[in-house]
Formats: sequence, structure tokens, C-alpha cells
Amino acid sequence: MDLDHSPADDAFRAEARAWLAAHVPAEPLPSLETGEGFAAHRAWERTLAAAGWSAVSWPRAYGGRDATVLQWLVFEEEYYAAGAPGRVSQNGINLLAPTLFEHGTEEQRARVLPAMASGEVIWAQAWSEPESGSDLASLRSTAVRTDGGWLLHGQKTWSSRAAFADRAFGLFRSDPGAAKPHQGLTYLMFPLDADGVTVRPVGRLDGKPAFAELFLDGVFVPDADVIGEPGQGWRVAMSTAGNERGLTLRSPGRFTAAADRLTALWREHGDPADTALRDRVADAVVGARAYQLFTWANASRIAAGGTLGAESSLNKVFWSELDIALHETALDLLGPYGELGDEADEAPGRGSWAEGYTFALAGPIYAGTNEIQRDIIAERLLGLPKGRR
Amino acid sequence: MRFLPDDEHRDLARTLDALLGAADTPAAARAWAAGDHAPGLALWSRLAETGVFALAVPEEHEGMGPLPVELAFSFIELGRHAVPGPLVETVAAAALLDRLGHPGTAAAWLPRVAAGKAVLSLCAPESAGPYALDADAADAVLVVDGDALLLAESAGPPQPSADPVRRLSRPLGGTVLARGPEVTAAAAHAAGVAALATAAQSLGLGRALLDRTVAHVRGRTQFGVPIGSFQAVKHRLADTLVALEFAQPLLYAAALACAAGSRSAPREIAAAKVAAGGAAYAAARTALQLHGAIGYTEELDLSLWIRKARPLRDAWGTPAACRARVLAP
Repeated sequence: MDLDHSPADDAFRAEARAWLAAHVPAEPLPSLETGEGFAAHRAWERTLAAAGWSAVSWPRAYGGRDATVLQWLVFEEEYYAAGAPGRVSQNGINLLAPTLFEHGTEEQRARVLPAMASGEVIWAQAWSEPESGSDLASLRSTAVRTDGGWLLHGQKTWSSRAAFADRAFGLFRSDPGAAKPHQGLTYLMFPLDADGVTVRPVGRLDGKPAFAELFLDGVFVPDADVIGEPGQGWRVAMSTAGNERGLTLRSPGRFTAAADRLTALWREHGDPADTALRDRVADAVVGARAYQLFTWANASRIAAGGTLGAESSLNKVFWSELDIALHETALDLLGPYGELGDEADEAPGRGSWAEGYTFALAGPIYAGTNEIQRDIIAERLLGLPKGRR
Repeated sequence: MRFLPDDEHRDLARTLDALLGAADTPAAARAWAAGDHAPGLALWSRLAETGVFALAVPEEHEGMGPLPVELAFSFIELGRHAVPGPLVETVAAAALLDRLGHPGTAAAWLPRVAAGKAVLSLCAPESAGPYALDADAADAVLVVDGDALLLAESAGPPQPSADPVRRLSRPLGGTVLARGPEVTAAAAHAAGVAALATAAQSLGLGRALLDRTVAHVRGRTQFGVPIGSFQAVKHRLADTLVALEFAQPLLYAAALACAAGSRSAPREIAAAKVAAGGAAYAAARTALQLHGAIGYTEELDLSLWIRKARPLRDAWGTPAACRARVLAP
């Protein structure tokens, strides 16, 4: 048992740090949940990709660096410590790409991945429907067989990034006669600018259009854009969900960097007599470190040939609650300035605390609510009996 | 990097778990609480045979250590089985004597500690309050008084405590063994070892509380179904597991930092202590609540685990002290 980084990993870290120091924009980009900010973040993805940093864990053939899981974690630590912009392409890179690696065809990977890495195509996810949230398998949007492909009908909602994205991926009911809800589903990729697609941006709590409703009325999808076998979409999608909750969605580097910034904020503004606030700062530091170490243990397990299953639900509950507690602590430290929105001239941390807090509030909801995660932990890790939800 | 327990760590844990699982530790703990140390000391000898105490003693004094990582894995098991006695204090006192390096004192006590022939207690008011644990069962009680190290003259009368298995007393009198800055440094080192071992005990204690409570809610039926099928019950247990699972890597990292003599070791130990102590205490609250009234009884062995959680959370570093240390510049 050790925590030693190899010389190769240290060299990788040094290379990433040097590149980021030279290229991270001096001024923060406008919020990626706005049209202007989305374009600026897309341009940043192009810059990252040109130097091979946008998807380091991918094979070189698709624009990656063949990085190990550990090196990916190192990159993420450096990325967030450098204060680099949020990743507008993360839905694609973290959710769709792992699915393509596991279930896609070589033709699909060659066509989709390089354009994803460069930011030329930004992906949105299309899981939830108005009547299907946590109970995703009850979804009703359909894919109907047609000559050379499928026609999509129905409505998707809470589609992250869809207000400005180019394409989306999601599940559709292709066999309405299937015996069980999670059977007869097909995993498809589709364009958001096609005939039959209407995108209605939806403002999140702070009003920015971070997600959208999608109305689909006979949208054509060629067979080439089906991932895996038709009817096997649930199985295909669940492998993505595992990735999302497991290692790739929220890397520890985000939280160790945020905890460092919180500590600096506390040293500058904290009242030494306010030990209650000091304790919360300490808990954020301890939590970020715990998450980093827990993830290193998981990376070691994967490197030793193991896999992550229901354990990824532990992760999701932990980081999503850590994120909120950390940002609440920062806002409390900021006193009256904590109320300023992220675009205010006087917003502390150039708006990062306000933006981070708003973003954190969604954490316990997306990627499987924390209530669903706790059910998974209780039933699959502790062996408790299933019951009514 | 391979941040996973090695095979020998797993073997060590399995060996101790098997030994203690068959040793009726609840009976030994109850006897200990009543002032009958014989079953606990018999268990102490068997633990010594596995080498637990030798892990805290260097080879020059007939030990195998200091091996903080192996010590942490051992103390997880000691906590899991609620073993009575000044286990933490003995290994911390050994660390103190080893670090102090006074040949006569070290040679007098360390080989006996390694062999399980000496039970020590340690009173260090600045890091752990005015009481010595289980001094009445100890062969020697060391007292850190400012920059002086004393060998107490007597254990002092045990006082009733929240966990009757933890017998607290104020040691009386004593002769000075050493004095000076080297005592202060050795005492700080010992307090770190004590905090690490206590954090490990907490983690094991919390695991046992969770396991027992999961077993209870699977079997206990109300409204015609196991109460473990209710979401309110499930979610509380899920949160208990989350807290323990995220405390564990902090403990491993603290043990590694301790083994490497890293400058960050005090901070890492403090982080592990506050996380493991808090997780185990929360596990105790969960165990009590989900067992219902039977969990509130002394006669159920669960009480031996429940009552230990809060003292362990606070011993050798309260949550507030640990949090302050995490942020110390």
C-alpha cells in the first residue's frame, strides 16, 4: 500500500501544469450557461484539443493521450488548481464516450470522438421525460422503425447543455410491446438542429438556460446512430450511469482545488473567534481529501483489474453533499457579498462562489438522485430487502 | 501508486478478526468493567502472541516496529471487537519511550510491552485530559507533566465513566524519569500514535455497529415486513456506510504518513481522527435508533459498542482540536 506517484506520472503532472499555466485564460470566461459563454467555452475546448488535453484518457487515435486513470486524476487536479474553465463538452466526454468505447462500433468512434474532443460537436443528454425522472425505465418517447433508420417522437426534459448544444444522446422506446419497462429501449444519437426538433431552453434557479426541453416530432435517425443493439438500450445506458457516478463525472481535483480556495478565503476573511465556521472549513478540507483518497483507492482497484459497481453510489452521495457544504461555507464567510450573483462586478472570486453554489445545488438531483443512490447502497452494498420506493 | 491494503494487511486483519471473534470479547469487557481484569489480560496475552504490541516496539527492544500501518489495521480489529484495556495507551507509551531514547527506561519496558508482559497507561493532560485509562490494570502509568515524564506512584481510584469498560483515574504522585524538550517532542509523537490508533479503533467500532444494525433490521419484522425494507431505515444506514467508507482511506493515508515520518502526518492523523470518530459516533446513534428500545438496554451486548463510540471520538483529540489541527499553517 502506498501513495507514491511514479516518475512518469510526475512528468505528466509537470507537463500539464506548464501547459495550463501558459494557456488558461487570465480572465474567467462568461458563464457556459449563456450563449456568449458557451461559444467561449467551445473555443477553449478547441485550444485544449489542439494540445491533446481535452480527453487525456482516450487512445491517441481519437485525440487522447492513452493516460491511465491515475494520470487522468492528476490532470484533473492540475486543471482545477489552475482555475481553468468548466468543461462544456463534459456530457459527451464523460457519458457518451465511455458508452461508445464499450458498446459503439469503430465507425461510430472514428466519426464521433475526434469532433467531440475538439468541441466541434457539443453533446447534450436526453434521459428524463416529464413523467419519467428517477423512474427512467417508464419513459414514453418512441423510436419507430423506418426505411434506413428510426423516427423519434416525444418529449425529453432537463436536458443539460441542450439550449446551445449540437447533438444529443438518449433512450427511446422502440418496442412498445416488450414485457417489462426496461426492455424494448434503444440508445440513439440525434441532431438538435434537425427537422422535427424543437428546443425550449429552461432557466435553472439563477435563470441561466442550463438545460432545455426537447420536443421531437418525427426526427429521423439513421441506423448508424444507434449504439448497441436495438432493444438493448437499458443495458447500454446503465454502463454510462456507472461511469457517471463512478469516477469520471466529478473528479476529486475539483474539490481539492475548491477546498484550497476556501481555506485561503478563510485565512483572509475568517474571524478567528468563529470556531463554528472554522470547523466547517476544516470539514470541507477533510472531505475533499477523503474523496481524493477514496478515488485513488478506486483507481488502484481498477488498475488491478477490478471494476466499480454499486460502490459508485457512495461516491455520488459524498461529493454532491460535500460540494454544497463547501460552497455554503464560502458564502457564509463572504457575508453580505455572498448574496451577489456570479455576474455582479463585485462578486467575490470573480463570481466563482456564486456560480459554484448554484451548480452544487443540482448535484444531489442529477445523475440519479441521492435518494435513488441511497436505495442502491442499502440494497446492493448492505443487502437490505427491496421495498416500496 | 497502489492505495489498497496489501495481502499481509488483509491476513493480519483476518487473523485478529478470527481470534477475537472466538474469544467472547463482550464477556471480557463486562468483567473488565466490574474490575475483574483476568479475562481481559488473558486476551491481552493472546493478542501479544500475534505480535500486535510488537508493532509499536523497535527491533532493538525485541519488537517488530514501529509499523504504524500494521498498527492501524490491528486497531481496526480491536475496535471491531470492543476489546477492553489500555491498548492505545500501551502502544502510545511505547512510542514515547522509544522516541525519548533513554536506554535504561526503554530497555526496562519495551521488551515487556512487545511480549505482552507489560500493560501501560499514559496520562497526557495537554493532549488527552487529566485521566489515565485503566491505570488500575497497568503495570506502569506514565504521566506527561509539562516537560517532565513521570512514573506514577499509584493509579488513583477509578471514577465511574460513561463507558464503564473505560476506567478513568487521576494517577497520584510519581518519580521523574526525564525532563526537557525531548520529553515534549516524544509526548507529541506519542499523542499522534495514540490518535491514529484511536481513529482505527473508531473505524472498526463503527463497522461493527453497522454490521449488527444491518443484521437487526433484516430480521426485525413490523407491519408484516422487515424494517430494513423501509426507506427511512435504509437511507440512515446508507449514510452510515458512506461516512465509514470515506473515513477509511483517511486512516490509511494517515498511517502511511506516520510511517514515512512525513511533515503532514499530524494533519493527516487529525483528519482521520475527526472523520473516523464522527463516523463511528454517527453509527452508534444509528444503531441505537434502529434497534429501538432493546438498543437502549445495558444487557444487549450492543451497549458495549454504543457506549464506546463517543469516548473514542473525543479521546486523544476532540473533533474541535482535530479540525483546528487540519487547518494549522
